[in-house]
Amino acid sequence: MKDANAIELRNISKRFGKVIANDRINLSVRDGEILAILGENGSGKTTLMNMISGIYYPDEGQIFVHGEEVTIRSPKDAFPLGIGMIHQHFKLVDVLTAAENIVLGLSGPTKLDITAVATRISKLAHKYGFDIDPFKKIYEMSVSEKQTVEIVKMLYRGANILILDEPTAVLTPQETDALFGVLRNMRDAGNAIIIITHKLNEVLALSDRVAVLHKGKYIGTVETKDATVESLTEMMVGSKVTLDIDRPDPVDPVLRLKVKDVTCVNKEGVITLNHASFTAYGGEILGIAGVAGSGQKELLESIAGLTPKESGEIDYYPPDKEAMDITKLSAVEISRLGIKLSFVPEDRLGMGLVGAMDMVDNMMIRSYKKGGFFWADRRAPKTLAEHIIGTLEIVTPGVSTPVGKLSGGNVQKVLVGREIASAPTVLMVAYPVRGLDINSAYTIYSLLNVQKMRGVAVLCVGEDLDVLLALCDRILVLCDGKVTGIVDARTATKEEIGLLMTHTGKGARKDG
Amino acid sequence: MARNIHGAHEPLLHISKREDCGFLRACAVRLVAIALALVVCGVVIVALTGLNPVEVYAGVIDGAVGSSRRLWVTIRDTLSLLLVAVALTPAFKMRFWNVGGEGQVLIGATATAAVMINFAGKLPAPLLFVAMIAAAVLAGMVWGVIPALFKAGWNTNETLFTLMMNYVATQFVAFCVVYWENPAGSNSVGIINANDKAGWLPPLFGLTYGWNLVIVVLLTAFMYVYLRYSKQGYEIAYVGQSVNTARYAGINVKTVIIRTMAISGALCGLTGFILVSGSGHTISTTLAGGRGFTAIVVAWLSKLNTFTMMLVSFLLTFMAKGAIQIASQFSLNENASEIITGIILFFVLGCEFFINYRVEFRHRRREG
Repeated sequence: MKDANAIELRNISKRFGKVIANDRINLSVRDGEILAILGENGSGKTTLMNMISGIYYPDEGQIFVHGEEVTIRSPKDAFPLGIGMIHQHFKLVDVLTAAENIVLGLSGPTKLDITAVATRISKLAHKYGFDIDPFKKIYEMSVSEKQTVEIVKMLYRGANILILDEPTAVLTPQETDALFGVLRNMRDAGNAIIIITHKLNEVLALSDRVAVLHKGKYIGTVETKDATVESLTEMMVGSKVTLDIDRPDPVDPVLRLKVKDVTCVNKEGVITLNHASFTAYGGEILGIAGVAGSGQKELLESIAGLTPKESGEIDYYPPDKEAMDITKLSAVEISRLGIKLSFVPEDRLGMGLVGAMDMVDNMMIRSYKKGGFFWADRRAPKTLAEHIIGTLEIVTPGVSTPVGKLSGGNVQKVLVGREIASAPTVLMVAYPVRGLDINSAYTIYSLLNVQKMRGVAVLCVGEDLDVLLALCDRILVLCDGKVTGIVDARTATKEEIGLLMTHTGKGARKDG
Repeated sequence: MARNIHGAHEPLLHISKREDCGFLRACAVRLVAIALALVVCGVVIVALTGLNPVEVYAGVIDGAVGSSRRLWVTIRDTLSLLLVAVALTPAFKMRFWNVGGEGQVLIGATATAAVMINFAGKLPAPLLFVAMIAAAVLAGMVWGVIPALFKAGWNTNETLFTLMMNYVATQFVAFCVVYWENPAGSNSVGIINANDKAGWLPPLFGLTYGWNLVIVVLLTAFMYVYLRYSKQGYEIAYVGQSVNTARYAGINVKTVIIRTMAISGALCGLTGFILVSGSGHTISTTLAGGRGFTAIVVAWLSKLNTFTMMLVSFLLTFMAKGAIQIASQFSLNENASEIITGIILFFVLGCEFFINYRVEFRHRRREG
């Protein structure tokens, strides 16, 4: 009776109010197979998987597990079926160890034999090639270790159908490779694996088959070996898009920002930025590359006056004026001096915007201080919000809709739109296209180019080297808080940058 | 369990988020909820006491607003409850859990009483009032700012801190009561300045509680405007929503925390002034009467909208006054009315679910 399909979905639909998140989706994954679900942001990938894992209940359609029709009303129903989902945001208790988290909520003998649990975990780890310390506390773990705990938790509970929601978004390239190795081992052991992603190279590297969704509709499933980047992109976006990013030549670059020997130390006493020096010019885009957590955040925040500097100096060269030392200034003081410095932080809804507030209130984050003592001006921000909706083609019911309800691309447009509206002289953007679909990403690239042509010094932290190489004029590479090189983006190669990203050069690695 | 799953049963109820519930529709849902609550209360009354529920309801209404005097007492108590709720609102908007309203009210009341007792006859009447208000506001402010300083400086837990400050305030009042005891041996302060009524808020427009009314309504309106349209109101909202965003926007988070708690404490202190000067004319450890805690319910039930708070604090005070009436009229326990209040609150709070979500039954979905 055993069907080759671990999971089969037939005509699954899900609506949220007026929005159709999934429209009659048909999909199947076999045992011993890795299926990649590919789609732009908002194409309904996560919604679909949430229905398999019991978080949502489908409005229509049937789900079959190993050939039998099932009803999954909650994650409690999904577990006995062997379905385990690893979410983008981990669901672990920080103060407990890996082993404790893994057995948390499981029924068993009254007396917990944690050694036996640890042995079983080690066996699983050995079987699939995980690297896990059962007695390490979660708060001491890196993101990738936490992810390992989540995966082992599912396997420990007997899951043989694993769903991973964008597992590589938070990983370094090396960690991604390690994860892929483990996933291949799990597939070879006969498990069915579904991986949600929008990174094409990962799809091609890892999966056996690819199912493509587009705007909530099922486009089709193809064998990975028959697919190419171009063919998948075409399926994903509906029509062929050009992968070329425009790069106009810089118009007479002028010195705008000089960073000398800046060092930052975080609350835990770890050096996050180590004697970083560079210059940024108006009229060019300076890319900043590096493995996640190499000091990119601190670099931008120290310039913006949000992170205190241990030592070093930052000079700002305004157009037609004397240089100013902004090393010791806070964000408030910088803006009070009339320095037009704009910053699009990595954490859009946690720092740049307030998700629960509407667009007008979010525009006011930058402007509410203007005017008299008591009243806050709401009229100018409202006009600005309407202007941004119009020029950046933001899809929203109106200026009074909370920005947290918009899609990722539109949220980023709101943020970038606000930051460039103040006519900045320096524009810093961190991971500007992370989580955005291709069309939104191109909109952002062209916005950055427009700023560059206006003579703005653009600093762009990115993770996709292809994009940085195509968009930027120069690329600064960070490794372990150090600037390991600044290269000409027109002539540099990916390999060159990759080397700078992973080698500090002088063998001065931190111990332990 | 596992067998069930394979039976392919849909859940009986299916819940989904409502797009946008119109204002009229929301009002209708709430009215239906109150009507249902009254029906359920009626059933409970009949089942437990055998009394005619209509008579009991009439008793509640009679007790709360049955005579001009009763009406005004209800209004007076509504106003003091409302002012505490208004005072707590900026702190809650900042996500600062000020559960120390009780202590801040008490300490403001004590400061008022101190000025009344010590300066009556020594200061001209207008100056005496200014001194009383200043003392009350300052005392409440200090009581509110202390936990805020610790929160801003060392990120201490403000819920515990403000709660503990309540007990300190109560003990402080107990000490003052002994100190000001009048007459000796009564273990109470008695009516302060009973003879010359110095420091008693005079009637306004011929209304005994006219000043209470004017002060509280003005402050309610002011708080609405302050939170919605002022720069400081925006700073409070940003800090409440995301401290990171506030820092990014160049807001000094510590200043905002301290300033907002100063306002919150000051208004609580002012409530203390109104309770002493405008209604009770005495001071005791139970003067605040739980208003500091009831006001938390009022503030959140009203979703921090100060105008809605007028309605909610009136409803709660109305039921409390009605309780006293039916307790004596039908020789019921006072708790009877609390049961009624509880049932009404249950329905009113519960109906929010139906405003935010749509519930569909299995068969309906199949057809659609």
